[in-house]
Amino acid sequence: MAGYTEEELAEELKNQEYKFGFVSEIESDKIPVGLSEEVVRIISAKKNEPEWLLDYRLKAFKIWEEMTEPEWAHVHYEKPKFQDISYFSAPKKQYESWDDVDPEMKATMDKLGISMDEQKKLTGVAVDFVMDSVSVATSFKEKLGELGIIFCSFSEAVHDHPELVQKYLGTVVPSSDNFYAALNSAVFSDGSFCYIPKGVRCPMELSTYFRINEAGTGQFERTLLVADKGSYVSYLEGCTAPQRDENQLHAAVVELIALDDAEIKYSTVQNWFPGDKDGKGGIYNFVTKRGICQTNSKISWTQVETGSAVTWKYPSCILKGDNSIGEFYSVAVTNNHQQADTGTKMIHLGKNTKSTVISKGISAGVSQNSYRGLIHIGKNATNARNFTQCDSLLMSDRCGAHTFPYIECNNNSAKLEHEATTSKIGEDQIFYCQQRGLTEEKAIGLIVNGYVKEVLNKLPMEFAVEAQKLLAISLENSVG
Amino acid sequence: MSKVLLDIKNLHAEIEDEGKQILKGLNLTVRAGEIHAIMGPNGAGKSTLASVVAGKDGYEVTEGSIEMDGKDLLELDPDERAKEGLFLAFQYPVEIPGVSNINFLRTAINEIKEYRKEDPVSAKDFMSMVREKSKLVELDAKLASRSVNEGFSGGEKKRNEIFQMAMLEPKVSFLDETDSGLDIDALRIVAAGVNKLKNENNAVVLITHYQRLLDYIIPDFVHVLADGKIVKTGDKNLALELEEKGYDWLTEEKAL
Repeated sequence: MAGYTEEELAEELKNQEYKFGFVSEIESDKIPVGLSEEVVRIISAKKNEPEWLLDYRLKAFKIWEEMTEPEWAHVHYEKPKFQDISYFSAPKKQYESWDDVDPEMKATMDKLGISMDEQKKLTGVAVDFVMDSVSVATSFKEKLGELGIIFCSFSEAVHDHPELVQKYLGTVVPSSDNFYAALNSAVFSDGSFCYIPKGVRCPMELSTYFRINEAGTGQFERTLLVADKGSYVSYLEGCTAPQRDENQLHAAVVELIALDDAEIKYSTVQNWFPGDKDGKGGIYNFVTKRGICQTNSKISWTQVETGSAVTWKYPSCILKGDNSIGEFYSVAVTNNHQQADTGTKMIHLGKNTKSTVISKGISAGVSQNSYRGLIHIGKNATNARNFTQCDSLLMSDRCGAHTFPYIECNNNSAKLEHEATTSKIGEDQIFYCQQRGLTEEKAIGLIVNGYVKEVLNKLPMEFAVEAQKLLAISLENSVG
Repeated sequence: MSKVLLDIKNLHAEIEDEGKQILKGLNLTVRAGEIHAIMGPNGAGKSTLASVVAGKDGYEVTEGSIEMDGKDLLELDPDERAKEGLFLAFQYPVEIPGVSNINFLRTAINEIKEYRKEDPVSAKDFMSMVREKSKLVELDAKLASRSVNEGFSGGEKKRNEIFQMAMLEPKVSFLDETDSGLDIDALRIVAAGVNKLKNENNAVVLITHYQRLLDYIIPDFVHVLADGKIVKTGDKNLALELEEKGYDWLTEEKAL
């Protein structure tokens, strides 16, 4: 991050409120509230889906009806009223090409800092933009196509590459996995699909930008990413939503499949609206993310979680193949009344599998921040290794940091390490910085960025800078 | 006579939560170009003096004044005091994991420059400054790119303090027991660094327990701080006398 200076950070900080809280005036097609088999059929029909996908949804809906919401997480909130949510909202117009895109939509994307025009000029990041329920635009499609890489909205993939979708959908996160995964499987509207062919190294970062715009809706997107044998891809995901008094539900499912010798790097900067300082409004972020690793493959999750009123999220790796590697690097910040229960599961099944977990929690205000992690070593997972480090930093004396590490070890050759620290941001550190001429705010920014550096270093450059700014904004005036 | 850089008058200060009075009417005048040494028994208030001057939380000034180069320091936040040219070399330098020394110092320098309405230092000038100043205290250039004080030995931490002092070019520097925990070689290096930084426009206040440091940094004045006040002031010979006789005779003398 050498290119980004403290001065630039300070400049950014002047705009300290949640700057994505605007609403765009875009005509949308939104179905009435409520959830029933009928609604599931309507969604499927609206998207003109094949029979097999409708069956998949209906099955999931039946499963969901039988399930109850999980209550084991260390979070307290008023449960969403599932019959008061609209399960489908789409910007009314459909676009053939980027040039046809509604100017208001383009303006929205500009405000979010994802200008497709810019993107076209710079060889940097290919973007898929998902607003409310549908994917709006995907850039760089042709260029990627030359390499055989498929990067498109989920709906397009259903029509253009049904064999791939049908082969992999639900293989990592079955509909019955949990309450929200079942809900998502029944009503998901769109999302991103990505396929990297054998031996191809994706030459650019692929990125999906999620945005909730409409009031009274939920967002249920689905991401499916398949890295075929010996391929490599780095994938980024960003999220924002308008500032509203109501709690909106976001229940996504992300499935990653790394075939033999493949590598997937998946990075998230999550900045859904966290609610106001009194805890009113904000997004419920109940997300299931999981990847499966075949032989010699690697999946690396990196997440920076600063938003949402309530977060419930455990990006996980199933290390099925021998010598496969799973990594999880996380920074979770909670301020004011935010609550986060996040962590990972590393399921070691193959021999010589390795996993690394680095979790950095930062709690401020009256927030509650929990790390929850499971390291499972299967009986055939000879020589499995895990290293877990989970650190908590407290910024005030009214917030909470909690750690729930679980270990299940069924093979005696495994080596597991767990390190954990909890500390309050040091007044002596702040004073030391102040004595060298830094204001208190600057001092805190510097100390916090130092604390999370190990994780931010794992992010692609553009995202690291973004994340650094976000952290500073999230923690304004938070020491007490 | 040269200009007064630091003027402390009748300073009374107590620990905020306990209400325990530590400084009880301390007077100290430091002029440009001078080196002052403050010695005294444990618990006399030496480190408290440094903390109060720097504006550390947890102390309350109940009476008196501190002026630096004409500015009322008590009106200013700790970072503003630093920006006005006050430097404190810490007795126990603090570690800041993940923040490189270089990033830390560049941020500090640019903050100070902005306060003084000067242009920020360019990367090139900054790096050549780092090279030049790290030589002053024979600080390994590698340490400059490591996290602030993290994994530094005791001696390296103290040298790093003087390196920072060199980089920030303060008007008035308080060195709080910079000699403690140093072996004789490190002590010589640190002292040589301080001597090189000293000029007719700045001033240094050394807080120390031992005369040893004063063999290398020759003070213009030696003050004895006991029970929250300066009880005796002399030249460098006073330090030698203290080394021989201890402090008791002074506190007794005062009692008489």
